[in-house]
Amino acid sequence: MSDANVYKPSVMRIEKITEEAPGVKTFRLLFNDPEEGRRFSFKAGQFGEYSVFGEGECTFCIASSPTREGYIECTFRQAGRVTSALFELEEGDTIGFRGPYGNTFPIEEWKGKNLLFIAGGIALPPMRCLIWNCLDRRDWFRDVTILYGARTVADLVYKRELEEWAARPDVKIVTTVDPGGETPEWKGKVGFVPTVLEGMAPSSENTIAIVCGPPIMIKFTFIALDKAGFKPDAIFTTLENRMKCGIGKCGRCNVGPVFVCKDGPVFTYAQIKDLPAEY
Amino acid sequence: MEIERRLLKKEALAGLVEKINAAGRKVHAPVCEGARVEFAPIDSIAEADLGYVQTTQSAKNLLFPRVERILSFKRRGGAMETADPDLSALPETVVLGMHPCDAAAIGSLGAIFTWDTQDAFFKARLEKLTVVGLSCAAGDEYCFCASVGLGPGSTEGSDILLTRLASGDFLAEIVTAKGKALVELAPELFLPAPAGADKDSALARIEKSFTREEAGERAKARFDDDALWDGQALRCLGCGACAYVCPTCACFDIQDEGTTSRGVRLRCWDSCGFPAFTIHTSGHNPREEQGARWRQRLMHKFSYMPERQDVFGCVGCGRCSRACPVDMNIKEHLIDLLEAKS
Repeated sequence: MSDANVYKPSVMRIEKITEEAPGVKTFRLLFNDPEEGRRFSFKAGQFGEYSVFGEGECTFCIASSPTREGYIECTFRQAGRVTSALFELEEGDTIGFRGPYGNTFPIEEWKGKNLLFIAGGIALPPMRCLIWNCLDRRDWFRDVTILYGARTVADLVYKRELEEWAARPDVKIVTTVDPGGETPEWKGKVGFVPTVLEGMAPSSENTIAIVCGPPIMIKFTFIALDKAGFKPDAIFTTLENRMKCGIGKCGRCNVGPVFVCKDGPVFTYAQIKDLPAEY
Repeated sequence: MEIERRLLKKEALAGLVEKINAAGRKVHAPVCEGARVEFAPIDSIAEADLGYVQTTQSAKNLLFPRVERILSFKRRGGAMETADPDLSALPETVVLGMHPCDAAAIGSLGAIFTWDTQDAFFKARLEKLTVVGLSCAAGDEYCFCASVGLGPGSTEGSDILLTRLASGDFLAEIVTAKGKALVELAPELFLPAPAGADKDSALARIEKSFTREEAGERAKARFDDDALWDGQALRCLGCGACAYVCPTCACFDIQDEGTTSRGVRLRCWDSCGFPAFTIHTSGHNPREEQGARWRQRLMHKFSYMPERQDVFGCVGCGRCSRACPVDMNIKEHLIDLLEAKS
């Protein structure tokens, strides 16, 4: 066969499992073949197809930073057939991985700017890759602000990292939970992300905003950012259309003339405004 | 290469099939199966039905099988081993009697599988396929090849195109090097073509109702006209028959079969007309309404594919209209789209 089988996954071993929230786990993965591991590289924003052999494949971003070499991490919520099978796995078990696929956040173009990260719920993982990538290159940027919200306190993922970021003098972090999702001990905000964002009155001056979250959150966050004076090409997000192949063939993530898997998943709000609202 | 014209006597077709079989190649041709005509392997020309108007299924199965194994896996000890299917074992195949619409569809399918990342499965099958097309002597009310830049005698996609002349003999146009190689299997059968061999008068008359370019532009301009799309799709059942019979529809799903110790990974036909095609795990569906899914089908074929892969995704074969259980007719819907008030 002259061309390689592009659907053939690498076999990876689960080195470590972290329970992030009810139904949410992070896997740290190592390539079974160390040579494959050495050849592998990716950039912030890219994703992969993870599989449990016999159950199927599913799509998640790579949630670890490319600056942390030697492994990749993915964070997922148990929901369907494949994620339920993944959820049952233990440290030492093997899974399949194809990737990296898709485009990347243009981090180098953001040098000298303020960064405003806005994430909701289980959409922190793609953002976490980018946040660590930027914090590992902290001197490239000016102010770094993170706004993260979830439905309830229990649903907040990466709790240890949220504390770690909160403890850093060079990061400003605001966490919020939806009304009714707070606990008596909760010290963060209570309110939906777009509302809390408006209350923060962020300056759009020399600032890049990166938004990841469920479609409804993204929609209202764009409106809030627009009100705050952010230009559409200064707002970035990742689209999460359903995918199968990851390489622009299967047709699933086709939105307008765009394949989210090839042309995205990273888009600016300016690009998204030109697309049909099919995301 | 320049097209070479030869004459293939009507009785020589049987010999050609024998020679191809003798060379170890498989021959697929339209075969009458009760009320339907379908492409199937044949051993002799007597099995073929070359007077058909259209097969129910296209021949895309030969290049993009309905279900195709893309991986096998087996747990050995603690380790998972994966293996590629052996594509070198694919047989050399000749499809004989495919109409020009289907031959042209190969280019559209190929554009999807090779526009960016190269799909080894499609390419391996294409490499082993030779297309002996057959011009259409008759069409029906569903045919609209002339409106999508093709015609009943188009050579596009054929390695050899046969046209049945008034005498019953075939004019053979040798279009590609693959076609030439096939002729080499039985050169004595391909006689010099008579100077007066009139191909045009042997072709079906297919009305040109619009151009594919104007259909694409109009679909794009009417994109936000929900009433138009919802109206056209009101009776759509979302059954996906249109995509399954379509010679250019290439959307697929990837599914595993077997156990977590041993099994196969399969690529299976899918359809953008199914509600589950785009649904997120959260339940959110980017194309919630059937009208949006119908619009996607037309936009993909007439606007997105030309924009991204420089080919159109419709060859006017009319299969989707014939197969539709609620009589949605793509040609009529395209005409309505062109006439819709802006």
